[in-house]
Order: sequence, then C-alpha cells, then structure tokens
Amino acid sequence: MQHLDDLIREAHRRIGASATLAALNDVRVHYLGKKGVLTEQLKSLGALPAAERASAGQHINDAKRLVSEALDRRKQVLEQSELDAKLAAQALDITLPGRGHEPGGLHPVTRLLARVQTLFERMGFRVETGPEIEDEFHNFDALNFKPDHPARAEMDTFYLRDWPLLLRTHTSPVQIRAMLACGAPIRVIAPGRTFRHDSDVTHTPMFHQVEGLLVDKGVSMAHLRGTLSLFLQRFFERDDLQLRFRPSYFPFVEPGAEVDIRCIFCSGSGCRICKQSGWLEVLGCGLVHPNVLKACKIDPERYTGWAFGLGVERLGMLRYGINDMRMNFDNDIRFLQQFR
Amino acid sequence: MKISENWLREFINPAVDAHVLAERLSLAGIEVTSVTDALPSLDRVVVGEVKSVLPHPAADKLNICQVKAGSGRLLQIVCGAPNVHAGIKAPVILPGGRLPDGSEIRKAKLRGMESEGMLCSARELALTDDHLGLMVLPADTPVGKTLIEILGGADKVLEVEITPNRGDCLSVLGIARELGALYDQDLKMPDAKPVAAVIKDMLPVKLEAPEGCRAFTGRIIRSLNSRATTPLWLCERLRRAGVRSIHPVVDVTQYVMLELGQPMHAYDCTHIEGGIVVRWAHTGERIKLLEGNEPELDKNVLVIADHRRVLGLAGIMGGSGSAVQGGTVDIYLECAWFSPTAISGRSRRLGLQTEAGYRFERGVDPQGQLRAMERATRLLMEIAGGKPGPVTVAEEPRSKPRQVRLRRTRLEKLLGIAVPEKDVVRILSRLGMPPQVVADGWNVVPPGYRFDIEIEEDLVEEVGRIHGYNFIPSLQYPGSASMAPLPEKRLDIRRLQETLVQRGYQEVITYSFVDPGLQHRLAGQQGIALANPIATDLAEMRLSLWTGLVQTLRYNLNRQQERVRIYETGLRFILEHDDIKQENVIAGLITGPQYPLQWGLPDRPADFADLKGDVEALIALSGNLERLEVLPASHPALHPSQSAQLWLEGTDLGWLGVLHPQIAKALDIPNAVVFELKLEPLLIAHLPHSREVSRFPAIRRDLAVVVDEAVTAARLLQAARGAGGELVQDLHIFDIYRGPGIDSGRKSVALGLILQDSSRTLTNDAADAVMAKVTERLWRELGATIRD
Repeated sequence: MQHLDDLIREAHRRIGASATLAALNDVRVHYLGKKGVLTEQLKSLGALPAAERASAGQHINDAKRLVSEALDRRKQVLEQSELDAKLAAQALDITLPGRGHEPGGLHPVTRLLARVQTLFERMGFRVETGPEIEDEFHNFDALNFKPDHPARAEMDTFYLRDWPLLLRTHTSPVQIRAMLACGAPIRVIAPGRTFRHDSDVTHTPMFHQVEGLLVDKGVSMAHLRGTLSLFLQRFFERDDLQLRFRPSYFPFVEPGAEVDIRCIFCSGSGCRICKQSGWLEVLGCGLVHPNVLKACKIDPERYTGWAFGLGVERLGMLRYGINDMRMNFDNDIRFLQQFR
Repeated sequence: MKISENWLREFINPAVDAHVLAERLSLAGIEVTSVTDALPSLDRVVVGEVKSVLPHPAADKLNICQVKAGSGRLLQIVCGAPNVHAGIKAPVILPGGRLPDGSEIRKAKLRGMESEGMLCSARELALTDDHLGLMVLPADTPVGKTLIEILGGADKVLEVEITPNRGDCLSVLGIARELGALYDQDLKMPDAKPVAAVIKDMLPVKLEAPEGCRAFTGRIIRSLNSRATTPLWLCERLRRAGVRSIHPVVDVTQYVMLELGQPMHAYDCTHIEGGIVVRWAHTGERIKLLEGNEPELDKNVLVIADHRRVLGLAGIMGGSGSAVQGGTVDIYLECAWFSPTAISGRSRRLGLQTEAGYRFERGVDPQGQLRAMERATRLLMEIAGGKPGPVTVAEEPRSKPRQVRLRRTRLEKLLGIAVPEKDVVRILSRLGMPPQVVADGWNVVPPGYRFDIEIEEDLVEEVGRIHGYNFIPSLQYPGSASMAPLPEKRLDIRRLQETLVQRGYQEVITYSFVDPGLQHRLAGQQGIALANPIATDLAEMRLSLWTGLVQTLRYNLNRQQERVRIYETGLRFILEHDDIKQENVIAGLITGPQYPLQWGLPDRPADFADLKGDVEALIALSGNLERLEVLPASHPALHPSQSAQLWLEGTDLGWLGVLHPQIAKALDIPNAVVFELKLEPLLIAHLPHSREVSRFPAIRRDLAVVVDEAVTAARLLQAARGAGGELVQDLHIFDIYRGPGIDSGRKSVALGLILQDSSRTLTNDAADAVMAKVTERLWRELGATIRD
C-alpha cells in the first residue's frame, strides 16, 4: 500500500500546482479518467487473491475519494479567482457623472410662498386668490380708502388705459372677496402678485404679498401678536425670536401696526442690515377696520378680526440674502438655480 | 420731515437724549428714521472779518486778504472766492483745523504767498450746496466766535416719517404735542400774542367757496425794511429742516409753517386790486405760478383771486404776479384754512407738490390761523420792522364737533389688555381730548386738528399706542374646530411644478406687463394697455406668458446661457366678449441641447417631441393623457407646420410648437419650442379606480409597415388599436425609418404590440389572428404595406 500513499501525495502536489481549470482537468483525467491511474488500479483488483480484494478495493476507493475531494476544492478556488479576474476586468470609472437631466428649480419667491403657505395651512388657514386687474371698489373703497385721500395717492397705482380698472396695489382686495363670499368666521391667506409704480434697488413695479385674515368672535390685538409671533418664529426657525409692534396707519385696519423682529443677523446689537437699530421691519397688520367689515356685510359688534400683509421679496432678503429686489425678476438662470 | 431737536426742546424738554426720544416716538407711531448731527464737525472754524483785499501778484484769480479772526494780529489768507471784498464777514478755518471732508488746513504757501488758514464757502463747510462764493455772515456777527456758536450750537436733526392720517404732526408743535402725551408734560408755546395795529389798512375778503375755505385771515404790513436780511439763527433753523432761505418775508412764513404747521402766503400788496376772493377757478382760467409754469385750471381748483384776476392756487402755490420780491415794502399776509377735500389730489394732478399743499391735504388745525398770523407778524417785525394793520377774519360757521364714545369693554376686548382707567383719562387728556366719564366708558370730543379720529377704534388705537403696544401679550386664538376639506380630484399645482423641475426646467417669474411690440409679434394682437406704464416696454398686460419667456431667453442668451429650459405659471389677460378674462396658465420654453453637456448621451438640440413629452407628463398627472387630442393648427407665434393645438374632452387646452423661424430670426434667438396650457383643466384629476392585472402571460409582436408620409402616427395607432380590440394591452411606435429601401414620400413605422388575455393564456394562434386583423386594417384604411 506504500504505492497508494505516494500516489495520493503526488496527486495533492499536482492539484495544488494546477493554475487553471484546464490544467486541473488534466490532473483529474490523469488520476480519475477512464484510463486514469486510480481507475487502472481498480481494474487490476481482479488480479489479486480474493482475500485481499476487499481491503485493497477499500483502499483504492478511499484514495479516489481523497483525490476527488481535493480536485473539487481546487476547482472552487480556481473558479472563484477566474470570476474575480473577469469582474475586475469589467471595472467602471465610477467617478464619471451620472447620465440624464439635472433637475431645474423653483423660483425663490415660489419657495418662500410655499413656506408661508404651509405654515398657515397648518394653522387651519385656507388659501384664496384673486384677480390682478382689480376695480376701485375692491382695491380701495371697500378697504376704507377715501377718494382723493393722500393714502390712496401714496399707493402709486397702475391704471388701465381703456378701462376703469387698476392693477391691485396689495393682496388686501382678496380679503374683501373672501369675506363677501364666505362671511364670518373666516381664516384665509392670500398670496399673489401686486403692482406699484415704483422702481429702484428696493422696489420693483411688481412684487408679491401674502395677506392674512382672521375674523371671528372676540379677536384682539393679542391674538394678532400671538399668531404673528409664532409664524415668524417658525418661518425663521428661531424659537426665541422677539418682535415688537409699532403703531402705524393702513386705512383698512384700526388699530394698525408695523411689526419689527429682532435683527436675525446681529441679534439686536446693531449691524448694517438693520441700520444699527437692532430691529428689522417685516410686515404691516392690525385689527380689521369696522368700515371694512361693514362693506363685507359683517357686523363689527358681533365679529372682530385681524389682518396682516407681508412682502415676500422682503422675506427673501432676510432669509436668502437677496438684497437687490430686481434680481428676482431679471430671471438670470445662474441666479435662480441657487434656490432649487 | 426733518425736525431740529433744539427747536423741539423749546416746546417740551424731557430729560432724555435725542435717541431715546426718537425711539419713544417711533414706538408711538411717529416713525423716526434717523437721528443725525445738525452741524458737521467745524473744528477751528471761526468768524473772520476781511480787512483788506489785494490781488495775488502771481495768480489772476487769487487775492491776498488780511483777515481779523479774533487773535491779536491779522491773518494773511489767500482766497479765490469771487465775492471776497474788504468789510465782509465769513467763516475762517484756522491752521490745524479740518474741513468736514477730513482735509487738514495748514499754514502754506500758495503761488509763493503765505496763507494762514482758509476763508470758506457754505459748501466747503458741508452746510449747503452754495459754492458761488464765501458764506457771507451778517455784519453784526461777532468776530472770533466759533461758527458752531454763531449757528446756534450743536443740535440733532430727527428725520420723521408721518403717516398720511397724521397731518397734525407735520410741525414742531405737532411732534411736541405727541411728546407731551408720551412724557406727561405741558408744552411751552412760542409768543403769539396779538400785535396791535399801527395802520388801519385792510382788504375786504369774500369767501365764495365755503365748502373749500371756512376761515381766512389777512393782514397788511406796510413799510418793511427792504434791505433787511434773514437772521442767521432763522436761516439755520430752516436749513436744518431742509428749507432754503429766500427772502425774509418768505422765510418767516416758512418758519411759522414748520413750527406751527400752518402754511401761510405773503403777497406784494401793491399787486392786489380791490380785495380778496376765495373761489373755485373758472374752467380754462390760467395763472402764472412762482415756479414759472402756467397751468390751465378748472372748477375743481380752489383759487385766491383779487377783483381782477387769480393770485394763486389756494393752499398750494402763489402766482408770480403778486409775489414778494427784493424791493417789496408793503405786503399782505394770508393765513387761511382750506378743507382737505378741496386741496387733496389737486397738486398731484397739476404736478405741483408743495409743503403747503402736503399739509392742507392731510389737514391743518382749523383753529390755528390767528396764532400763526400773530407769530409771523412778531417775527417779521423783529427782522424788518414795518407797520402792521388789523387782522381781517372771514369765517363760515364751523361744523359741530363730533363726539366719539369709547366703551371700557370694547377697549379691553380689542387691545387684549386692560389699561387702568386713570391712564386712559390721562392719555386722552394729554392728546387734547379730555374725556367725559359715562356709565360704560368715556365720551370724547377730538381736537379740531385730529382729522383721523372718527370712531371708537381710533380711540382704542390712541390709548393703545400711548400706553404702549408692547404691553399687549401674545395669545393664540382657539383653533378651528372643523377640518378643512381635501378634494382628491383636484391636483395640487405644486405637482405640476415639481414635474417640470424634475425634467430640468427652471421656474421664472416675469412681469405681468410686457413690451407691446414683442407681444404683438407673438400674439398677433394688442393687449390691454396701461394708462401709466413705468416704461414703454412694460406697457401692456400679457396675452400669453410666451412674451416674458422669450424676453427671459434673450436675457440669458446675452449672458452666454445657451441651454435654457424655463417655465412660469400665472395669469394672462385676454379680452373676451367685452370683458377682461384673467386666466391662469402654465407655459414653458426650451432651447439649446436637450441634455446638459455630458459623456453618456448624444449632444442633440431639444425639439418638438422633447417638449411634447414634458407636456404629456403634465397631463398624465391628472390621468387624462388618453383623452388628450393633439391637432395641427396655426398660431402667429409658431412654425406653421410644427405647431399643435391641444384639446381635452372638447376643451381647448392650449398650444405647443416651434417658435416661428421668422420671429426667431427677427429677435436673433435660436429656435425654441414653447407650450402654454390652461391651468384649470390640468388640475381636474380622476379618482383612481383599481382594476385587476391579468395573471396570464403576454405576447409581444412587432410589425413594420410602410405608409405615406401623410399618415399620422395617431391614425396608425388608432387603426391598430381598433383592429386589435381588447387583446391589445399596450401599443408603441418604436422606430421610424426613411431612406434606402423605402420609396420617397413614404416612411416605415415599427409598431410594438403587447397582447394579453385577461381570462386565459393567449395562444400563438390567437396572437397571429390579431396581427392578421391589424395588418389587414392598416392596409385597407391607410394603404400600409408590410415591410420585408
């Protein structure tokens, strides 16, 4: 049996030395093929005496099993490395940019409007819109602007040439339309385009406002302050944002106020943006004037309400640093793509 | 309005600095936008007297002056001012001093001559823009004193923005009244005691327009010293208020207006014939104004006239014919009350914005005429002497003062805070309307100058703003008990926007008014015109968003952006049946390469089909793609054979097409593809309804047919679908071929059909039968032959 042990040792050596599947197959044929060394040995069993045959057969079969197992193990190793080599050859330059479109983007004003709208929708406000070509009634008369009053003149209104109509100077006419349509109680916001005859770094002849209106029983300045305070904190993501009310005049509210927030750039210590005042003006507001409620067929003794109007481009200045208002409407694609 | 702190403190002097004062006013609704120094830094600037002037030996335009400036000896100063002469007094900046612009003045040689300082003009000292010569000081100015002292000392100027309802605050007195309420102090009023008449001369005054002028006071003052000049302190007060000194008489009327808020006018008495008539102008009447123009008047304009002609526009501006001039010695002073409704809007219509008109429009104190008249007379006599006559007073009965009720409960309900009763009484009293206590609150008679107080809410604001808005707490109004509806058959516009953004579009927002020329070219008609456009190229309301998109394309092309994909949503304004239709649309434009420059895709220009794919993606969102009809139609802006009108169940949805090449050429832009769709029908969606998906295998069969060019894809697909019936699950065109092997005028179209049965496995025989039917139908209806 010394011979078989040598044979197995020799087979292990040749299997280990096979570098390819083809070479390995040659080794298999050499030992286990039809004319293989071990196959021949089995064939030669017949020549042995009967008493030895069983045990010799057992030995040869053990040897065959050992060689076969070694061949299988080696085959697995070689197949794996062959696959590895094949996959390695399929390497991509994964740093090449992806294929197809780059997404475009939303206009910053749309982005801001969506943010304001979402916050108020969460508070149960409905979104209303109105026409941009308006009449004197909705834009002025119903909003308590007296004819020929300087407050009316200060609105720098665009008028149509052949129609007794104008371009709305604020989104406030939507208040009137909503109240006339739905009465009280009501809570709406009205985003949209507005127009004034004015053009410089801080004014464009078209800009955007969001109007807010809440009319219900027992609504006070404290509720106005509460809502605006929460809204501005959420909008600017500053839970400690302070605001202050300054009395002001808008014909459609009384009492009226302008709202300043603590400068979000210097926290009130004074900087260029807040002109060293520590405060930034953000919007105008007040309690709905009784004349406005009456014009909308709502009894001011039963209902009171608040309204506010904010400039969207002003928010864009504070939130995104768009300091030149004209940039919003030049529509330079390189500028707009910053706001995707 | 600019207001001097020192002037204000003559009325009321709270023990706080100007910045605190300003903040307090702002928080009470009188917005102070800035607090600045009234004087520039005038270090080492003193009053000098020019003793002698000799020409500079080496320079034509320079003189050598000997100037007395307080030190023992005379200073030699080289001066180039044309108005320098011996005897005048002017500011001198001594060596070592600095001009307000920071440059230092040293002892130096000018063209070889020693100069020990500099004689200054008002502009060099940053006082006014006057640079015609030295700033000449009055003859009695003490030599050697600092200029700061002479000009009334250091002071701050408060820039105040007054809202249009607070005409009563357009004066030093008005601001002082606010401070009186804020600091709970009395005011000290300037001397306006009646001046006794020295002469008896009077002019008769007739009020023919009582609705426009209810009070008119006038006074003749004769024998003024025509050589008198306005004293420096008064000039300086005017300067700090931003008013130029013109003539002592005019300066005094300006001063009184700034101080008391009452506009006045002075006439040269010798040019008034007969007497004064306040009346509405006759239509077509003209007057030559101080400013030189000569507007035509109408019956809406209130005028001051004599018995022969119009003298001036009441409350706005005087005429040049009766103006006070250099040699005037006899004047007529007018101090009247014109109703805001008689004045407002007029100056705007006539293009004459004046300080007087500004005040009358907003409301002047109806009780303030005599006080102003006496104050002006006193000031004028101090400056130019003169003999005053008695004051003529013409008056119409005044309307009864209105009473306003303020209920305690209403005050608290609106402010959301309880203001102590004693504070309410104090605040209202200090505001000139001491309240009468009644059962449920207070009765108040607002002072005549408060035109803005009409109703209870106005009083609520008064109490609130003086008490302080910032005592009002923050409360949340209870939430709405109901839940807002959420209609699922309505698409959110944001989904359309997101779809385009994901397909590479950048949203833009263009003006709603556009260039009429470009609009006409694109729309083939004129839009609704503005009466007062801000620019000629922003003069018409847009008929389509394409005008703005094309402008945006040009703007970006000019900035080397060749690949432009933009969209916009918004209203367009169309005339329809004599009405203006304001319609919400979504529009887009693409030009340049379809894909950004990249390694993995061919560089090819975006075309009609690319844009159509985007449009189909939008329509697919509402589940309406199967109902979309695309029909060839022509539009003035579009290529005649590359344009389509889109229809959805009988509704004209909009347009899609290649910009007309002639238009592109004229505008010097590359060819672009555009669309514009009505937004409303796009937002009407279908509620999805589940259908079972077939469990049985599908069979794909392809068919290449050759048809005439005129046979459209839509007809091919419709015929194939009709012939195939229910077994056709899906149908695509996957190739179109023209060229060798195909006759010219014909094209080969490859169709891919997915066949599937919902109740059993489709057999090859059944599939063959379907294909045979399709082939037969295409041949019979469209002349399609099978391509080998």
